[in-house]
Amino acid sequence: MSAVLNDETKKVLVEPLVNNNPITLQVLGICSALAVTSQMSTSLIMALALTLVTAFSSAAISAIRNHIPSSIRIIVQMTIIASLVIVVDQILKAFAYDVSKQLSVFVGLIITNCIVMGRAEGYAMKNPPLESFMDGIGNGLGYSLILVIVSFFRELFGSGKLLGNEVFQLTKDGGWYDPNGLMLLPPSAFFIIGLIIWAVRQWKPEQSEKVEYKIMAIAHGEGGHH
Amino acid sequence: MEAYISLFVKAVFIENLALSFFLGMCTFIAVSKKISTAMGLGVAVMVVQAITVPANNLVYHTLLKEDALSWIGIKGVDLSFLALLSCIGMIAALVQILEMILDKFFPALYSALGIFLPLITVNCAILGGSLFMIERDYNFGESVTYGIGSGLGWALAITVMAGVREKLKYSDIPAGLQGLGITFITAGLMSLGFMAFSGIQL
Repeated sequence: MSAVLNDETKKVLVEPLVNNNPITLQVLGICSALAVTSQMSTSLIMALALTLVTAFSSAAISAIRNHIPSSIRIIVQMTIIASLVIVVDQILKAFAYDVSKQLSVFVGLIITNCIVMGRAEGYAMKNPPLESFMDGIGNGLGYSLILVIVSFFRELFGSGKLLGNEVFQLTKDGGWYDPNGLMLLPPSAFFIIGLIIWAVRQWKPEQSEKVEYKIMAIAHGEGGHH
Repeated sequence: MEAYISLFVKAVFIENLALSFFLGMCTFIAVSKKISTAMGLGVAVMVVQAITVPANNLVYHTLLKEDALSWIGIKGVDLSFLALLSCIGMIAALVQILEMILDKFFPALYSALGIFLPLITVNCAILGGSLFMIERDYNFGESVTYGIGSGLGWALAITVMAGVREKLKYSDIPAGLQGLGITFITAGLMSLGFMAFSGIQL
């Protein structure tokens, strides 16, 4: 294994998981991510689709990086990414029609997912194909990790199920768990991601942002006059 | 007429692109620190959305849809799988043209919007709007209404968000939640607010 995975490859594969996570630190690709996380099955498919698109588009763009004139590089990247997304979309329509219906426009939105463009522009244009491929996989996995965590909580607490299998028996079926309807609604995804970011930054304080305004305790008698 | 008004209200409030479909989130989070920049971007998105959705609608219905090519005598051709590529190409081209027109005829507006215009190409709200238009099979009139409405809804959401964040920076937030974390939670609360519209039957 170590012959295949040299240090650079290992770095680009592992770094994006926590230390440089595309969602919680780079703030990329939140766009299409949140709407698909109310069920684990759809979010797994979405995560897989995005990882594949990122990896292959990074590899393809990196392979022709020396031949792309820089003034039209965005269009070239966009065309490569869009073609790959069309392939993924057609495959999903052919083999997993139900999931494809549930994901609706969000598969198409992988094209404008900032992770794909960001990696193409930020990494693949400067590095050889194999490393770029690994970088794409790594960033895809970082995205997948967040997606899976969010959908785990949303599906478990929202409908008492995981991947469609019952975990908590619902009160309406004679069980004990009263499902939390909020978890199935869009706002819950924002809350969960906000809390994940908080947790990660508690764990790795160097990711915290600089405070813009420091709140100072006002000595008695000074406050109240502005 | 009534159908158009209800579609418009639905696009602005009930199915707000930013707060109930999470579209354009990257820019929504990144560019909502000041009200003035947020409004500039919001207006730019609205203009681009109002142009691209109807334009994509025309392309889709005259060239790509199943049997759409029958007007030049080609029957039984279904090019709808190319919709993704044509939509994004259309958006990129229109944004480029818009940029040139603004540069030539409205230099003041161009310098105000400057950096945001190219960013809009990769804004998922724009592509999302066009894809929803295809999925829901809007006709031309509906697509114009939907384009303006959904753009306005997005602009409204980002302006309100910037307003909240301008006040929020004076508050005492735990270190780990500072910045990005609290922004997400704020967006969640705003999204809850917008959920109140979802009960409206039109």
